[in-house]
Amino acid sequence: MNTPTFQTTISSRRSWFDLNLRELWRYRDLITLFVRRTFVSQYKQTVLGPAWAIIQPLLTTVVLTVVFGNIAGLAPSGVPSFIFYFCASMAWGYFSSCLTATSNTFTANAAILGKVYFPRLVMPVSTVLSQLISFAVQYIFFLGFLFYYMATGANVHPNLCVLLTPLLLVHMAMLSLGIGIIISAVTTKYRDLAMVVGFGVQLWMYATPVAYDVTIIPEQYRALYMLNPVTPIITLIRYAYLGYGEPYWGAYGFSWCVTFVILLLGVMLFNRVEKTFMDTV
Amino acid sequence: MENTVIKFDHVSKEYRLGAIGGGTLRGDLQSFMARICGREDPNAMIGAKQYNGNERFLALNDISFEVKKGEALGIIGHNGAGKSTLLKLLSRVTAPSAGTISYNGRIASMLEVGTGFHPELTGRENVYMNGAILGMTKAEISKKFDDIVAFAEMEQFIDTPVKRYSSGMYVKLAFSVAAHLDSEIMIMDEVLAVGDMAFQKKCLDKLRDAAKQEGRTVLYVSHNMNTIRQLCDRCIVLNKGQIIFDGLPEEAISIYMNKQMTDNVKIDFENYHRSQWAMMRQKVFLTEASFPNKKTVEFMSGEPMYINLKWRNVQDVSHAGLRIEIWNLEDVAQATYVLYDFYSGKKDDTADVTLKLDVSMLMDAEYKTYFTFFNKDKNGNNFDIECVPGLCFIRNNTNAEQKWAWRPKNWGYVQLPSPEILNI
Repeated sequence: MNTPTFQTTISSRRSWFDLNLRELWRYRDLITLFVRRTFVSQYKQTVLGPAWAIIQPLLTTVVLTVVFGNIAGLAPSGVPSFIFYFCASMAWGYFSSCLTATSNTFTANAAILGKVYFPRLVMPVSTVLSQLISFAVQYIFFLGFLFYYMATGANVHPNLCVLLTPLLLVHMAMLSLGIGIIISAVTTKYRDLAMVVGFGVQLWMYATPVAYDVTIIPEQYRALYMLNPVTPIITLIRYAYLGYGEPYWGAYGFSWCVTFVILLLGVMLFNRVEKTFMDTV
Repeated sequence: MENTVIKFDHVSKEYRLGAIGGGTLRGDLQSFMARICGREDPNAMIGAKQYNGNERFLALNDISFEVKKGEALGIIGHNGAGKSTLLKLLSRVTAPSAGTISYNGRIASMLEVGTGFHPELTGRENVYMNGAILGMTKAEISKKFDDIVAFAEMEQFIDTPVKRYSSGMYVKLAFSVAAHLDSEIMIMDEVLAVGDMAFQKKCLDKLRDAAKQEGRTVLYVSHNMNTIRQLCDRCIVLNKGQIIFDGLPEEAISIYMNKQMTDNVKIDFENYHRSQWAMMRQKVFLTEASFPNKKTVEFMSGEPMYINLKWRNVQDVSHAGLRIEIWNLEDVAQATYVLYDFYSGKKDDTADVTLKLDVSMLMDAEYKTYFTFFNKDKNGNNFDIECVPGLCFIRNNTNAEQKWAWRPKNWGYVQLPSPEILNI
């Protein structure tokens, strides 16, 4: 008997690493549609619509400026504290929203995933991309404020490092995607982590120079502090757009290494659970 | 061999019964550590068996079959037989525990109506969304968009959010998307039930065309035997995770239905539970029915049917009639023998009657019967004074002069006497 060859074979084998990027690419239309769906459905039946994308971070920034800048006095002198906080909270906002959104990918979309097959990675990837839209809105406002401060002669000096912005975004997207899918892979079985994500992100923010400047960290702990992979991203953004502080290139390079390791780990774990998570979710 | 499109090779799917894991990471870690150190599992219930992997449930047990190109395969079975699990494995929602499934081409699976439909989005947006989820590209959907909308008869509502749709509209649109997919394999799991009759028929025709004309392969799960009959040219019967039959739909359906057929030649109605409502007007109490001198319930051609009935009167009975209703196994009445005004008797009398029935007009099939005694009231209406489900029997005409297969689906179960030829 000659055995016919088949294009697709489904088996019980679970591999650690068979990332099928070509298949993901074939489903690119689905990714764009998911991005669109998330964005459109988020603001349907709201009066202010996409304006919410800017109102939220703006209020956060105001709170940071008032509480941490004015009352606690953590804002550095020499740079307008509003733009100092806006810059960081915009970046942190992107990172944290990507992280929280991807971390419940499986549980939130169990209904769809339980009924039809498409590359499971489509879900987290489209989540990360849809967060990019809100980021873009905020970024435009940020540039507006930046030009305003520059025009009024405040002490802000963007330099050529702003060209690194796309790289920084990709960096944050990859890092949050990596952590997010690790959490989502584990939460298919253990819901505990989903509980942790909420305040974990909050705590992480305080371990990152969003509400304050790196310089308040004592010199002897600085190296340890820089191990946080998000820290050099925030400091680099402040350096690029405001000309404030140092870029910390060494720490930034290390942050990339961490990102790659986490993303690799995430994809491996994701591969491992994606085939059968429907039975445990 | 080349046109085998789907191949199941010793596929099993196993589920663990009960709660999955301890439910918490901490609990699982504790159990895991305990196992390593050889201590007793702190999370095990007292007196419970140690977890040893025995509490498993095989939803599918070593299934092997092949499907050819252009075949419309029906899958039937009772709830929990493994139908949906089979389709889930094939549509890659979850992976098998053992064995391999191979297929060629793309699969459009409709395990549920309107997967990925978002209530806030309009019909148009959802068509694109649903199409993309099923694996179409944007360009493909755009090309077929008008066809999809026209097929669903939804031109008027296509720009309304689907949350305002009726459930029928929802199904129509969703089915329409799936039906227009250029996939080589289509999987349908009991999805047509919501649409109206006209639309159901349209869908079945579409599926038939897909299989017959376009050479696509259709896997169809349903509890509606008529749609299975209309659509499929092969049918699998699943029972407890195993294939118990693979062949022609008509045979498959009778095997699936067989569970309702009893092959007793004698039934005792003494303990048959009559409904409250029936007991209020009951005058006759049927105690026993049998086929006298028969060992099986099979009636060959030319063989008359004798039925013996025994009853006692619970009240005075006058001018009672008897109906013997012949039903097929799908609970559809097919024909009735009627005996008018044949019996009168006093309360507590007993009776024993043997009847001879001409069953030559009933064609090859399995039948159920109902025995009903009735009276006429002064307006000429019948009312039942006793009704019980009666004997089952099988008609078998293999020795009949016309040796052609009777097709009850198209011709009914009764062959009327041949017409008289007046001139030719």
